[in-house]
Amino acid sequence: MKPPPFKYYDPTAQNEVVGLLSSLENLKLLAGGQSLLPMLNMRFVLPDHVVDLNRVAGLDFVEADAGGGLRIGAMTRQRTLEFSADVAARAPLIREAVLHVGHRQTRNRGTLGGSLSHLDPAAELVTAAVALDAVVALRGPAGLRQLAMSEFMLGYMTPATNPDEMLVSVTFPALPAAHGWGFVEFARRHGDFAIASAAATLVTDAQGRISKVALALGGIGVVPLRMPELETGLLGAVASEALFADHCRACATVEAMDDALVTAGYRQQLAPVMARRALMAALQRSGGGAATQPH
Amino acid sequence: MTGASRRAIKLQVNGKPHAAEVDVRLTLADCLRQEFKLTGTHLGCEHGVCGACTVLLDGQSVRACLMLAVQADGRAVATVEGLAGADGKLNILQQAFKDHHGLQCGFCTPGILMTLTECFADKPDLTEQDIRVALSGNICRCTGYQGIVDAAMDALRKMRSLL
Amino acid sequence: MKSRHTFGERVSRIEDDALLTGRGRFVDDIALPGMTEAAFLRSPYAHAAIRRIDVTAALALPGVIAVLTLDDLRPYLTTDKLAVGMPSPSYRLEVDRPILASTEVTYVGEPIAVVIATSRYIAEDALNLIALDADPLEVVADCREALKPGAPRAHRALPHNLVAEFDITYGQVDAAFAAAKTVLREKFWQHRGAGQSMEGRGILARFDESERLLTLWNSTQTPNVGQRLLADLLGLEETEVRVIAPDIGGGFGPKLVFYCEEVVIAAAAMIVKAPVKWIEDRREHFMSTTQERDQYWDVEIAVDDDARVLGIRGSLLHDHGAYTARGVNIPYNSALTVPLAYNVPNYRMDVKLALTNKVPVTPIRGAGQPQGCFVMERLLDRVAQKLNLDRAEVRRRNLVRADQMPCTKEIKLRGGTFVVLDSGDYPASQQAALDAGGWSGFAERQKAARAQGRHIGIGVANYVEGTGRGPFEPVRVRVSASGKILVASSATAMGQGTKTMLAQVVAEQFGGEIDNVVVTTGDTSAMSSGFGGFNSRQAVMAGSSAHSAAMTVRAKAIQAASHLLEAAPEDLEIVGSRIQVVGSDRFISLGDVSRALAGIAGYRLPGDMEPGLEATAQVIVHDMAFSSGSAVAEVEVDVETGEVRVKNLVLSHDCGRMINPTLVDGQVIGGVAHGLGNALFEWMGYDSNAQPITTNFGEYLLITATEMPAIKILHSESPSPLNALGVKGVGESGVIPIAAVIVSAVENALEGLNVRLAHCPISPMDVLKAIADVRKAPSES
Ligand code: FES
Ligand code: FES
Repeated sequence: MKPPPFKYYDPTAQNEVVGLLSSLENLKLLAGGQSLLPMLNMRFVLPDHVVDLNRVAGLDFVEADAGGGLRIGAMTRQRTLEFSADVAARAPLIREAVLHVGHRQTRNRGTLGGSLSHLDPAAELVTAAVALDAVVALRGPAGLRQLAMSEFMLGYMTPATNPDEMLVSVTFPALPAAHGWGFVEFARRHGDFAIASAAATLVTDAQGRISKVALALGGIGVVPLRMPELETGLLGAVASEALFADHCRACATVEAMDDALVTAGYRQQLAPVMARRALMAALQRSGGGAATQPH
Repeated sequence: MTGASRRAIKLQVNGKPHAAEVDVRLTLADCLRQEFKLTGTHLGCEHGVCGACTVLLDGQSVRACLMLAVQADGRAVATVEGLAGADGKLNILQQAFKDHHGLQCGFCTPGILMTLTECFADKPDLTEQDIRVALSGNICRCTGYQGIVDAAMDALRKMRSLL
Repeated sequence: MKSRHTFGERVSRIEDDALLTGRGRFVDDIALPGMTEAAFLRSPYAHAAIRRIDVTAALALPGVIAVLTLDDLRPYLTTDKLAVGMPSPSYRLEVDRPILASTEVTYVGEPIAVVIATSRYIAEDALNLIALDADPLEVVADCREALKPGAPRAHRALPHNLVAEFDITYGQVDAAFAAAKTVLREKFWQHRGAGQSMEGRGILARFDESERLLTLWNSTQTPNVGQRLLADLLGLEETEVRVIAPDIGGGFGPKLVFYCEEVVIAAAAMIVKAPVKWIEDRREHFMSTTQERDQYWDVEIAVDDDARVLGIRGSLLHDHGAYTARGVNIPYNSALTVPLAYNVPNYRMDVKLALTNKVPVTPIRGAGQPQGCFVMERLLDRVAQKLNLDRAEVRRRNLVRADQMPCTKEIKLRGGTFVVLDSGDYPASQQAALDAGGWSGFAERQKAARAQGRHIGIGVANYVEGTGRGPFEPVRVRVSASGKILVASSATAMGQGTKTMLAQVVAEQFGGEIDNVVVTTGDTSAMSSGFGGFNSRQAVMAGSSAHSAAMTVRAKAIQAASHLLEAAPEDLEIVGSRIQVVGSDRFISLGDVSRALAGIAGYRLPGDMEPGLEATAQVIVHDMAFSSGSAVAEVEVDVETGEVRVKNLVLSHDCGRMINPTLVDGQVIGGVAHGLGNALFEWMGYDSNAQPITTNFGEYLLITATEMPAIKILHSESPSPLNALGVKGVGESGVIPIAAVIVSAVENALEGLNVRLAHCPISPMDVLKAIADVRKAPSES
């Protein structure tokens, strides 16, 4: 299990990367390498060229914007997300999600942009990004363009990035400071990819009525799924476990992946459970909770 | 810019300068083992799950099977060979592994020692559960982890008493 | 200074310093000048007829030195096949592995050709350039299908797939069933995956033509067996072959087998006239290292109104894989284990072994015993449920009692002698585990948890383990001129602390100075006969030989010293590395005694003694020493996800006298971890075309620190009367009762839902399915 031969490039500027993307065939971008390197070692991918993003300037940052949102560079390590005070304050869901991502050794290398570009439907950060209405920025020869997650995810592990484009940053819009959040997942072992996960944010008013809610399911469909009807159905209702249990039943009918190890039926059984548990966790924290401690 | 098939690299390993000319596809693990003859870093899976190849890159634990040697150019790597004192005396963590039967075949051990080395530097007040979570990326087929966890807890106690 | 004890003490391991500092020496750590590296072309087909293997393009790749198929190896081989199956009258077919497949491949991963190149990277590049032209054939993917009339055949040339059949029978089982009021029947499926030692297999071969010596560094549990086979296969004298097992990164069974790769790499080194290294990668380990896999049981138990077992009968169907790489021993052990711990007056198990187009099956830690234990313990749970009795009480009534020891069973070991349970108090062991595991108060706790919507459950299982497989394992003890005690044995260390164990046994006779003992294992040049490490045999067999040899050398050293010091032997003691006259300051060092016994040309030896201060012992023991124990486990089941968490696990354990209780704990806990994997996680999956579907550590789940509960171990020591040390083996103990106890606890956690589980591993999906199935089924009346 050794990587196949390829040519290696380690540019330092984003336009150099775009230049390489425009001129080379059969190229792979190397971000954190925690998915690409296993695939190279197993020779599941045989690129002629590998372009390493690790020395490219301006891709590793967490920026708290004036509007209360976050802009995060594509090469920001998962470890940075785990420990960032800005992330904990503004998007605690991301910290909660990232604690489920792999292990400390992989979080030290793995990046936000790598995870979103790989677009594994079970990946925690993808699911969180869907729940948080993230917007990705892609740089190509013509400059930057922005895509909402819903537009970015074309299908199973297929991002909308053009062959001559690179993901440069991800914007997470502001949420009210008092929002609650929950990320729960079911995996066989600690750190495994989720068989099913759910990410939720929730805002309630003084009477406990739901004024804003987002729910995303990961690992179930070919891409993480938002549940817009379910969300709308919850608006205005007084949050409770019974309410969530009732509404989340709809998650059992989403179209689910079937693979050699996990059946679609099992994923459908898990979906409402994960959804309810994520919403309950969000409810418990709504009004303001403390971010989960990093590992 | 043109792509390379081979590259000259220079890095620090356990505080000492190392240099080699390598194929760009050579993994960091193979570079350490084959070019630098530091065979303490083991390969148990070569797909990033077992943790046997764990080394520290600028102080942070990484899977050496999931990095190319060229990516370590200019950086500092720490491996199991650098843990003991210059006189060969086991450090506190290594000694705790010996005292608590934290290893059997010893194949997973270098990776586990490196993970714990990072982890202790990050945060010295760990609970047993924290240790288990920190170790969840290192597979051991022999020990059932109990000796490892006992050793880690003991080492933490001893390190704290030195503070 | 006083003589110290090392036997029975928690001394630190002599292996550890090197392993903790990165100075271990595993096969892949050894590099020789001019060394080349190998990669194998393996079958992508479960079953196919090979038309042509074209290696031209691969050979043309720069850096490739040779690409070898069976035709290229033939001039160096005395035969094309590996005939290594252990003898048994039960075979119906002979299916020996070809050294490389040349006409037919019969499982995915079967080696077809080997590339030798300047690096493994290039060797792998070349694999993609070999053109394999083959016609897929019908596949036997499931051992249950294999024996049906009209089933496809795993090998074209064979008439059927029934590779062996036998029965283990005693008493009047059908009469017992005819007379019984209560008969319960159940079908079980048990799966045990792969060995998955963290270090895969690995070989480095060098052939030195001037010395005519083939040296093979090999990650194997059985170097001496390998040496004999290599000599046979390559037409060499045993003295021309040296096999060294350096540090081994875990064995767990699969490395006791001799593999094609060993002889291929050895022959390749002769052909390319350079050292050749092959390091198995993890994917190869999944596809080509032997596994244990599937057993299907259909079993009945007959009991009287007091829940006393009257008889057990049934059938066992065992997946043998595509070839015989070891023998019929796994299902033999399984069938033999069922009635061992209990008084079962009548018994019959009909066993069939079926060929499938999958990797050959050979022992994994436990070697069939966990499956036998599982069947018995599940049956006893069924009896308790049927008769509405406490599960532990049903067991207590049937366990072999202390007053029955030694207890002869009417079952023969594979060598033909009867099983004799040598010592132990099984009911007391169970009671100890129940007490420590909180059995008696559990019903209350369970009720309280249930009131909060939590499903907790408790289980119990008892087991015995046959250890110390004979007939012998040689050990030589020698005192060098420097006074070091040199111990050499064919015992093989895979991580268990074998060297420390032998050093403790020997040092006990030499003043307790463990640092003065140097142990060499796993090198055929240090010991030319013996077997190696498997079947929890080394503490028993090599330990006994070490003890005997050390006693002999000690006695001789004292006798020589008595001449040299002119003192009575009774007045001498060994302290540190000297022999001294008790109560005086007169002494002689062990080194000087050794020198004196080496003699001086032309002079007499002290006291006209035989020369040399060394002895080799090969203590012969045919009967097996039976370790025993009881497990109690508590689990919590999430009935919404099916997840099982193990909350508490107690193992009360008796392996006779313990040489080093710390190492015993390590073996037991490691075994428990493996058992938890077998109970809940490890599944080596194949699809309906016998293509493996779990070929990496993301798909095949090994337990990690976060899934592993803290284990409580209770020791009792019932010395074995079979050997002078009173020891029994422990390497496989921990694994045997775990699947049984966990499944029992899970069922108990689901009490009230009437879920019945009859297989392992149980995945969360299985748990939810079992709950759903009960809900769907018309309720039992
Ligand atoms: S060898 Fe790198 S994680 Fe297993
Ligand atoms: S000690 Fe053998 S794998 Fe951990």
